[in-house]
Amino acid sequence: MSGHHVSHHVAPKSLYYLIFALLMIGTAVTVIVAYFDLGAFNNVVMLTIACTKALLVVLYFMHVRWGTRLTWVVAASGFVWLLIMFGFTLSDYLTRGWVGGTLR
Amino acid sequence: MDTLNYINNGHGLASWLLTKDHKRIALLYLVSITFFFFLGGLFAFMIRLELLTPAGDVLTAENYNKMFTMHGVVMVFFFLIPSIPAVLGNFLIPIMIGAKDLAFPRLNLISWYIYVLGGIFTLVAALSGGVDTGWTFYTPYSTAAANSHVITAALGVFITGFSSILTGLNFIVTIHRMRAPGLTWFRLPLFVWAHYATSLVMILGTPVIAITVLLVAAERVLHMGIFDPALGGDPVLFQHLFWFYSHPAVYIMILPAMGVISEIVQAFARKNVFGYSFIAFSSLAIAIIGFLVWGHHIFVAGQSVYAGMLFSIISYIVAVPSAIKVFNWTATIYRGSISLDSPMLYAFGFLGLFTIGGLTGLFLAAMGLDIHMHDTYFVVAHFHYIMVGGAIMGYLGGLHYWWPKITGKLYSEPAAKLAAGLVFIGFNLTFFPQFLVGYLGMPRRYHMYPPEFQVFNVMSTLGATILSVGYLLPMFYFVHSIFRGKPSPADPWGAKGLEWEVPSPPPTENFAVTPIVTHGTHQYAPSKEVGVV
Amino acid sequence: MSDGYPQAPSVGLPGRVSIQAPGNPHDEQSSAHPHHPKLQHHFDDMGQQAEASTLGMWVFLVTEIMFFGGLFLAYLVYRTQNPMAFQEASAHLSWKLGAFNTAVLIFSSLTMALAVRSAQTSESRGTQVFWLVTTMILGATFLGVKVIEYSEKFAHNNVPGPNFVWDGQYPAGAEIFYSLYFCMTGLHALHMVIGLGIMTVIAIMAWRRQFNTEYFTPVEITGLYWHFVDIVWIFLFPLLYLIGRHYGGH
Ligand SMILES: [Cu+2]
Repeated sequence: MSGHHVSHHVAPKSLYYLIFALLMIGTAVTVIVAYFDLGAFNNVVMLTIACTKALLVVLYFMHVRWGTRLTWVVAASGFVWLLIMFGFTLSDYLTRGWVGGTLR
Repeated sequence: MDTLNYINNGHGLASWLLTKDHKRIALLYLVSITFFFFLGGLFAFMIRLELLTPAGDVLTAENYNKMFTMHGVVMVFFFLIPSIPAVLGNFLIPIMIGAKDLAFPRLNLISWYIYVLGGIFTLVAALSGGVDTGWTFYTPYSTAAANSHVITAALGVFITGFSSILTGLNFIVTIHRMRAPGLTWFRLPLFVWAHYATSLVMILGTPVIAITVLLVAAERVLHMGIFDPALGGDPVLFQHLFWFYSHPAVYIMILPAMGVISEIVQAFARKNVFGYSFIAFSSLAIAIIGFLVWGHHIFVAGQSVYAGMLFSIISYIVAVPSAIKVFNWTATIYRGSISLDSPMLYAFGFLGLFTIGGLTGLFLAAMGLDIHMHDTYFVVAHFHYIMVGGAIMGYLGGLHYWWPKITGKLYSEPAAKLAAGLVFIGFNLTFFPQFLVGYLGMPRRYHMYPPEFQVFNVMSTLGATILSVGYLLPMFYFVHSIFRGKPSPADPWGAKGLEWEVPSPPPTENFAVTPIVTHGTHQYAPSKEVGVV
Repeated sequence: MSDGYPQAPSVGLPGRVSIQAPGNPHDEQSSAHPHHPKLQHHFDDMGQQAEASTLGMWVFLVTEIMFFGGLFLAYLVYRTQNPMAFQEASAHLSWKLGAFNTAVLIFSSLTMALAVRSAQTSESRGTQVFWLVTTMILGATFLGVKVIEYSEKFAHNNVPGPNFVWDGQYPAGAEIFYSLYFCMTGLHALHMVIGLGIMTVIAIMAWRRQFNTEYFTPVEITGLYWHFVDIVWIFLFPLLYLIGRHYGGH
């Protein structure tokens, strides 16, 4: 925040086209992989690709790549908090079967 | 006084209702929040009246359910959550950081209108027959069974949530981007740190309650299966989502009060706070760890015992930063030059009551003990010690401390001391017996009880009567001070901080010239940082 | 700065807070841009104003993450409870329409990024408006496809509620799936409608030559919002449309 300057990084158009192409390829790969039964691995592949795509959008289209450290922290905090919410809720759902006959 | 300040700079209703001045918006909040406080108090009065006798003679069971629900909804969402941030935070944060306004003044005004709109929904729900689900809106009762105005009330909560989100957003951006030159993070008043932590909770938690309430509405209106087990849903998921917000919401109420206490303790002990950075970071620690404990509300709701253990342990851990604050305030007071003005009386009240509330919270965080205490008056007493003994004490303390700044008028100090005494006595008489009667097994949320519990309930109702006098008194001497009070100097308490350097009441733009800060804003005594001037 | 207000008296400890008129480092920039018409009075300079706005938008997006996060959590929990039902229900969604919409939305993110860039580099108002309007057309296309999908579900009574009909093996789990499907895609579509509304205003402002290198924050934060909506869909598409592909889909 030290320098209050207006200037922002201007990304070359070619970079935007490259990101666009990567996002489209990711979508195609997701669709193709979904046709094969890989068991739980389907979810791993699907979510890895989705996270990569989201990361590309955040870093380049949303300019976080050239953003301040504060922007990095804010952008990351949303996802971290999401994981906290998921993780602690699952700590309930995934351990319910551990004690036989009590809860479900 | 003919100097131009924010109060006399512009006249007429429109100049208030369309203002973008954070100080005027704070006053708009003050008026509307006070209204909801007394409305919620009215519901509480009906509850205490019913519980005066063991039989259900004043209210039917259904009406009693509506009373405690409306009491909870109004007090939690329309008084406690906005109280200190929207009134005192709104008024003081820009001044304390040497800014002319919040980063987004128009958004600030909009958030007040959103609050009012949410309040209107809640009033409509109350007037058209009320809600009887409890403020927690537990499913499937709220979505499948309750035939009261659940949707209207839920929409009220949903709407007012956005007011809270916008306030938090405004504070975060303001504190990051609007600080005066030289005002580094570790020179900030602890009040600002506390509000920063509060804003984090508002931002990260409130959206979850918003979507949860929306899903309740969808299930109730459209009969979509989401939480109702009859439709394949899981009601415990609702409780996870609800408490993911509603436990941290307690910190939305208590963190700003802690910020107020940090200011008052320094001002009236005439000492720099002991362990500044510990208090600052403990606010952040409370905000963050406070998100990891919500499962302690559902130990007996069907949650896995392993998750319960996890939540129980972290609930103990979250007590540590709160304890750090209490110890540090105590150390600040120790050997201070103490003056017992009314704000300090509230601060002392806060210290004692919050400590009792916090320690009894540890009882409830223990899974085994919670099975005995769950849904008894012990829980009711515990959270009232936090929310009333902590948050409202902080709110009143702050209001008394900054009233001369806000209005430019001095109130009657003897009357204020009397009110503080009545609040303290009335509060303890109301809620301490509830610990005992709850431990003996009296369940909450029933309009009748076995006769052997009557003595505790009579004490409680008597205490509530004294408490209500204590809460009404400030209405009189505050209003009186506006018309008849002596004008206040810029710094009536001899306190430190940028807000005491601008006139009382402050001019519209707060500072004629942006201040340049060269030291911590709260120097009650020379410290290492001051060095050679 | 307003004249006529009394100077803040320095009653505090002398030397602690010095109040000086000139030499404020924050004022250096503002003297470089004296009275930019878009500078609000409570900011020191355009840079501070722009940084506040983008930070505000990012904080808002964090609340959006948590808002949708509640729905994703419900999806996670119910899918672990009804894995087969979710696959069966998902197989009844048209992956082709979903994939088409994914491509449309990604394309609209590209045009949005180019719209921001054109404002940032002070390109002609025609170029700025062109990219904005293209983005809006793509957004409208997405919503049009969504209408087709929804009406197909309504026609087959696959909409959760008292009239829900399911001829598969797992009607209860399928109903939960479709409850989540409609809540998630419905809220997502609502965000897109709001985005289109905002973009209409932005396009008009662009046409009035309001944006250039000096001042393009409104376009930038609209872009952030639009990209966020795109990201939500990037997750919704596989989780809703593709989990039943290998389940004997059609
Ligand atoms: Cu709790």
